[in-house]
Amino acid sequence: MTGPILEMRSITKRFPGVLALSDVNLTVRRGDIHAICGENGAGKSTLMKVLSGVYPHGSYDGEVWFDGSVVEFGNLRQSEASGIVIIHQELALIPELSIAENIFLGNETAKRGVINWDAAHHRAIELMARVGLAENPLTKVKDLGIGKQQLVEIAKALGKDVRLLILDEPTAALNDDDSAHLLDLLRGLKGKGITSIMISHKLNEIEQVADAITILRDGRTIETLDVAVGAVDQDRIIRGMVGRDLEHRFPDHTPEIGDVLLEVSNWSVSHPTDHSRDVIRSVDLTVRHGEIVGIAGLMGAGRTELARSIFGRSYGGRFEGELRLDGKQVELRSVHAAIGAGIAYLSEDRKGLGLNLLDDIKTSITSAGLGKLRRGLTVDEDQEVVVAERFRKDLNIKAPSTSVGVGKLSGGNQQKVVLSKWMFTDPQVLILDEPTRGIDVGAKYEIYGIIQGLAKQGKGVLVISSELPELIGLCDRIYTLAEGQITQELARGEFTQERLMKHMTADVRQA
Amino acid sequence: MNKLQNILRGNIRQYGMVIALAALLVFFQLRTDGIMLKPINVSNLVVQNAQILILAIGMVMVIVARHIDLSVGSVAAFVGAVAAILMTKHDVPWFLAVVICLVLAAAIGAWHGFWVAYVGIPAFIVTLASMLLFRGLTLVVLKGATVGSLPQGFKDIGSGFLPEIGPDTGYHNVTLILGAVAALALVVMDVRKRRATQKYGFDVLPLPLFLLKNALIAGVIIYFSYLLASARGLPIVGVILFALIIIYSFVMNRTVFGRQVYAVGGNVDAATMSGVNTRRVDFLVMMNMGLLAGLAGLVTTARLTAANPKAGTNFELDAIAAAFIGGAAVTGGVGTVIGAIVGGLVMGVLNNGMSLMGVSIDWQQAIKGLVLLAAVAFDVWNKRRTASGGGAGAEKADATAPPPPELIEEIEELEAADSGPPGPAPAR
Repeated sequence: MTGPILEMRSITKRFPGVLALSDVNLTVRRGDIHAICGENGAGKSTLMKVLSGVYPHGSYDGEVWFDGSVVEFGNLRQSEASGIVIIHQELALIPELSIAENIFLGNETAKRGVINWDAAHHRAIELMARVGLAENPLTKVKDLGIGKQQLVEIAKALGKDVRLLILDEPTAALNDDDSAHLLDLLRGLKGKGITSIMISHKLNEIEQVADAITILRDGRTIETLDVAVGAVDQDRIIRGMVGRDLEHRFPDHTPEIGDVLLEVSNWSVSHPTDHSRDVIRSVDLTVRHGEIVGIAGLMGAGRTELARSIFGRSYGGRFEGELRLDGKQVELRSVHAAIGAGIAYLSEDRKGLGLNLLDDIKTSITSAGLGKLRRGLTVDEDQEVVVAERFRKDLNIKAPSTSVGVGKLSGGNQQKVVLSKWMFTDPQVLILDEPTRGIDVGAKYEIYGIIQGLAKQGKGVLVISSELPELIGLCDRIYTLAEGQITQELARGEFTQERLMKHMTADVRQA
Repeated sequence: MNKLQNILRGNIRQYGMVIALAALLVFFQLRTDGIMLKPINVSNLVVQNAQILILAIGMVMVIVARHIDLSVGSVAAFVGAVAAILMTKHDVPWFLAVVICLVLAAAIGAWHGFWVAYVGIPAFIVTLASMLLFRGLTLVVLKGATVGSLPQGFKDIGSGFLPEIGPDTGYHNVTLILGAVAALALVVMDVRKRRATQKYGFDVLPLPLFLLKNALIAGVIIYFSYLLASARGLPIVGVILFALIIIYSFVMNRTVFGRQVYAVGGNVDAATMSGVNTRRVDFLVMMNMGLLAGLAGLVTTARLTAANPKAGTNFELDAIAAAFIGGAAVTGGVGTVIGAIVGGLVMGVLNNGMSLMGVSIDWQQAIKGLVLLAAVAFDVWNKRRTASGGGAGAEKADATAPPPPELIEEIEELEAADSGPPGPAPAR
């Protein structure tokens, strides 16, 4: 049999108000390792969810051809039955079950509902040998390292007679040895006729193993590069990933930059439970009064972890290094202390960490600075309404009154409520983690204006964003972060999307 | 017109359980040929349900903070037993015994708080353990027997009444005066609040509705005090209960701590990231529940005039049911003290009414179970149907369900216009 194993033709997928995929085409040759590259939000995961039936047939436009015929998957089970298995970045293993139990979960070797464990273990050992995993099949998955867990996932896929294996960021959480082993394994599987699709931010790995590379940007196919035809290097891939115009408009802004406000030096933070794994490594950064500083990094680079570790150690297990505010060393051991010292952190997870969706606008706005409204034993509720009304007008929060529940607001207005909440604590340093995620263009523009207004008041703003044009338009200085380390610091005028992306994808371990 | 509809809808929601309670009272009043609202029966209703209502106050706070306390019945029995032993075997004066026992109860609550807040064991497990532990300790303390012959001063906590003063009018004067004062105070407070709100230029209830609401509330209070005054006056447990309702409503609605309890229950991660010391909140809520369980135990022991190894059985279930009937949400973040009291009264009136009608105890249990399910189901259904405005209890379902079409339109209109005039403020 010849011809491509997979063809996705003119795939278009809409979400309410968002065009996630627009006329995307993907052709994967039989036996290839095919890489898919793109920025965060370019549509890579959405495309794979269309392929695997997570978004069922009918919810998207276009055709999927698998092995020479049109397929219309209604769910994940149907795509797996055809031999398409997807392994997500967040592993779908059950920690308390054994390796063998995980491998056969949902695919049990059973006779009339009764599992033959001897047969299952025998087959598990076979599958584990194929992925080079030398463990007792009765070992619980939680006792394995993350690299071996990844192998269990692949063994599980092999157990389902996989023909097309999709790996979403397979090496994101792995160390060098485990990554190298995984890439070898992919090559080995290729030799046995298994086609793989690999989504990865690590361009050096793609360079090593991929036979073809498809680049997505803003929900569109930009190009497919064939390694057999011509040499593909990392710069070539980066050009495809970012080649876009600065389409956002930014309000005019003349920075008035003062003295150093926040200074983070030699800051290392370990994983909260695994203290031997450093998530943030020797980070040095400064934010000056009146300055907007950006942090650019890909998913998993440690941006949020860095921000939260600074914000009262709300992330991490073991901490090293120093924090200084206006030159004075501070120890911020709790969120309460951080707020008291004048730091605010606006979370990327608006609904999970930013808001209590049961609250109304006014209680949300005052929730982090309630101490300011304390009058004797009580909360001064009249003053609270006055405060909330002021923010509603100043930030143009669109709601009939401040008694409206925040759960009913649009994303942009929710974000303005969270911004109000932090502005009410009267911070000196604002750390804004993805301040415009999931917000329409109009509200984005307003939020840029608010951020610049804060800088004008002499506050220091640290902005984390996946959208490079946003950082370039907004920031006076940008740090690039890769694998928990600062890889470069660029001043306004020096940064272009290509340069940023190059440093964001830098291989830190070789440097 | 639309505005009036909104107000009515919001208020029917807010007072749904109050209306159900009133309907129950009317129903039993008719079916029992007027025995239900006879002064002596109303007096009994208060005295017999006081301990459950006291527990319901603490329980709704625990539930709002997304926990549960299964131990309150056992803790009540244990604290009551210790009180009886102190007074009868060790000749401790009754008021000192009360103080010692309340400290002990708070310590038991702190024990729960320690495991829940600082060790991180689910409250269900911690208090399940205590349910067994303190039931066992009660038997140990009492040596398996009932301990009676308690001092009169102590017994009055459970079954005494306020002293009478002034001329003999055929009614209990103090109770009448207290009722009138309470009604007046509530009306004055509401008028002042209305003025303050108007001062800030926000919309308030239309005047006729405002007057009607206040007349109703004042009328109910005065009628209630008249009923009690016609019998033996206001029971001492009634005084304790009213004081607790006022104090805890104040704490939950007006203080920073109350806000923090709702914040922790609504989204513990967001609360943590807003600088709330969530462990401290969990600890204090559990400790407070212990304290109130102890108080309920003292009241029960005083009313029964003896400490009994089986006292307090199923108290936890009644208190939890009261909180849920009163609108608390299983997932936390939602519930009010007043709601829990109304929920507790619904259960109490059902018990009392069915007993008066001669319904056997086994059927009473079954019917109460169905009422609990129906009350919560009605609440869920109601929230799905109309998902706008309302009080703290109203927004739980909204957070997950999409907003109703009319509200989306309203918000979209506002978002289209640059700045809209302030619309009606939904009743809180």
